[in-house]
Amino acid sequence: MDAEREVLDVLARNAREDIDDIAAQTGLDAAAVADAIDALEADGVVHGYQAVVDWDRVDEGKIRAVVEINVELDRETGYEQVADRIAKFPAVDALHLVSGDYDFAVEVLGENMQDVSEFISEQVAPMPAVTQTVTHYIMETYKDGGIRFEDGDDDDRLSVSP
Amino acid sequence: MRISDRARTLPESGIRKFFELAEARDDVISLGVGEPDFSAPWSARTAAIDSLERGKTSYTANRGMAALRERIADHHERYDQSYDPAEEVLVTTGASEAVDLAFRALVDPGDTVAVHEPTYISYGPGIELAGGERLTVPTRAADDFALTRESLEAAGAAEADLLVCCYPNNPTGATMTDEQLAEVAAFCRDNEIRVVADEIYAALTYGEDHASVATQPGMRERTVVVNGFSKAYAMTGLRLGYALGPTEAIDAMNRIHQYTMLSAPTTPQYAAIEALDRCDDEVAEMVEEYNRRRRLVVSRFNEMGLDTFEPGGAFYAFPECGGDDEAFAEGLLEAQGVAVVPGSVFGEGGEGHLRVSYATSMRELKEATDRIATFVEGR
Repeated sequence: MDAEREVLDVLARNAREDIDDIAAQTGLDAAAVADAIDALEADGVVHGYQAVVDWDRVDEGKIRAVVEINVELDRETGYEQVADRIAKFPAVDALHLVSGDYDFAVEVLGENMQDVSEFISEQVAPMPAVTQTVTHYIMETYKDGGIRFEDGDDDDRLSVSP
Repeated sequence: MRISDRARTLPESGIRKFFELAEARDDVISLGVGEPDFSAPWSARTAAIDSLERGKTSYTANRGMAALRERIADHHERYDQSYDPAEEVLVTTGASEAVDLAFRALVDPGDTVAVHEPTYISYGPGIELAGGERLTVPTRAADDFALTRESLEAAGAAEADLLVCCYPNNPTGATMTDEQLAEVAAFCRDNEIRVVADEIYAALTYGEDHASVATQPGMRERTVVVNGFSKAYAMTGLRLGYALGPTEAIDAMNRIHQYTMLSAPTTPQYAAIEALDRCDDEVAEMVEEYNRRRRLVVSRFNEMGLDTFEPGGAFYAFPECGGDDEAFAEGLLEAQGVAVVPGSVFGEGGEGHLRVSYATSMRELKEATDRIATFVEGR
C-alpha cells in the first residue's frame, strides 16, 4: 500500500490522530506523513476534518432531514448547474446526485422542523428547475460515519488470560 | 473427596496470580488479554442465530459437519496445505481440544515431547496428562525467539518423540520463515520426530504470509496441524477449532474425540461456515488494525528504552524489561494500573520480558503506553 493510502486509512478512522502517532502506526517517518497529508489535501482527496456528532444528545441540538428533489433540465440547465445553486445554501449539509426515482438526495441541517420546512418551501421548491420535493425528517440516528451511536461497549473479557 | 494425584499435582497457572491482582482493581487498563477485542463478524453471528431459529441443535458427525470440513480444507490451500476433508480433518471444541487429542493420540507413557519456550502455557500440562515427559527447548531473544536447529540440539531434542511447534507464537509474536522452518524440519526428519504444529495465529501475520512446518518436504506425514476460529474470526467463546493431519493421526484423535466430546458444538459450526464463506474482508480489516497497533506499541516501547523486536504475527509484543519481570509487572500494576503478563510465566527464556497484548483499542494502547513510560522513568 502506498504512503498516502496508509495515512488516509488512519485518518478515515480517526482524523484527530497526530502526525507522530500516524507515523508510528504506519511505519513511515513523520515528514513522510506530513507530506502525504499535504498531498491528500492538495489533490482534493481530503476535503476537511469533522466530528461525528449525535445531535440528539446536544441541548438546543439540530435536526436533520433527507430531501428528495426532482428536477427538469433544459438546454441551458444541467445537473451541475442545479447542484451548484442548491449547494450554495449553508443549510445544505450534503448533496448527492442519485440513481432511481428522484434526482438529488439532499441532507439539510436546521435548528428545528419549521426551520427546515421553511427552507425547502421558500428557497428550494421555487427554483425554476425543481419540479418536486419530498422531505424525510430523521427521527433517530443509530449509526453515522461508520460509528454506532450507543453507550460504551462494555469489554467483558477476562482482564488477564493466557 | 479424594482427588487424583494427576489432578492434584498439576501446577497452578502463573497467569492466575496476575488475573487476581488485576481483577481486584477497577481502574486497570489491561494489556494482558489473550483474545481479540473485536466481536465475531456479524454475518457469522447471524448464521449461528439462524441455525438456532431453524432448530439446528442436534449433534453433528463426530468429525464435524461435512460442509464445514470441506471449507476448512479449501481455506488451507492458501497456506499450501492440502488435506482430504473426509479423512484428514477433525473439527474440535476449540483448538485446545485438538492439542489435547493430538497429545493423547501420539504420546505413549514415557515418551519425550520437546516444547520450545517461552510459549503458550497449556502444552506442558497436556503432555503430562498424556503421560509424556516434557523437554524444554529455550528459544533466544537473539534469534527473535525463532526455533533453531542449534537450540534443538543443545537441549537434547534429538531424543524427543514429538515436537510442539507454535508459530506465530504466543507470547512473543515471533514468526518463522520457510528457510528457518526448513532447518527444524530437517532436524525432525533426521531424528524421526513427529510434530504438533499449533498454528492458531496463522491468519494474523504482518508482512510475510504464514509459513507452516507441515509444508516442508517429508513433514506432512509426521505433522498434526492445529488451527481454529478463535483468533482470526474473534470467536474465542464459541469454542471451535480443528486438526489437520494424515489419516492415521486424525483417525486416532477421532477415536478419543467420539467418546470424550462426541462432536464439537453445532451452533458455532454454522457460524464457521459463514466465516469461511464470507468474512475474509473483515479478517483483513482486523489484521490491518492490529498491524497499526503493533507498529505503535513496538515503537513506543523502543522509545522508552524497553528493547522490543518486531513481532511478525499474533497480537503480542514482547519487550525486554530487564531483571525481575514479575516484580516489574506487579509494580506497574500497583503504580500505574496497567496489567501485562510477566514473560517468565511462559517458561524458560521468557524471564526479563513482558507479554503485551495489543488486542485493545488504540486509545487504550496510547494511554497504557504513556503510563508505562511514566513508570519506567520513575524506576
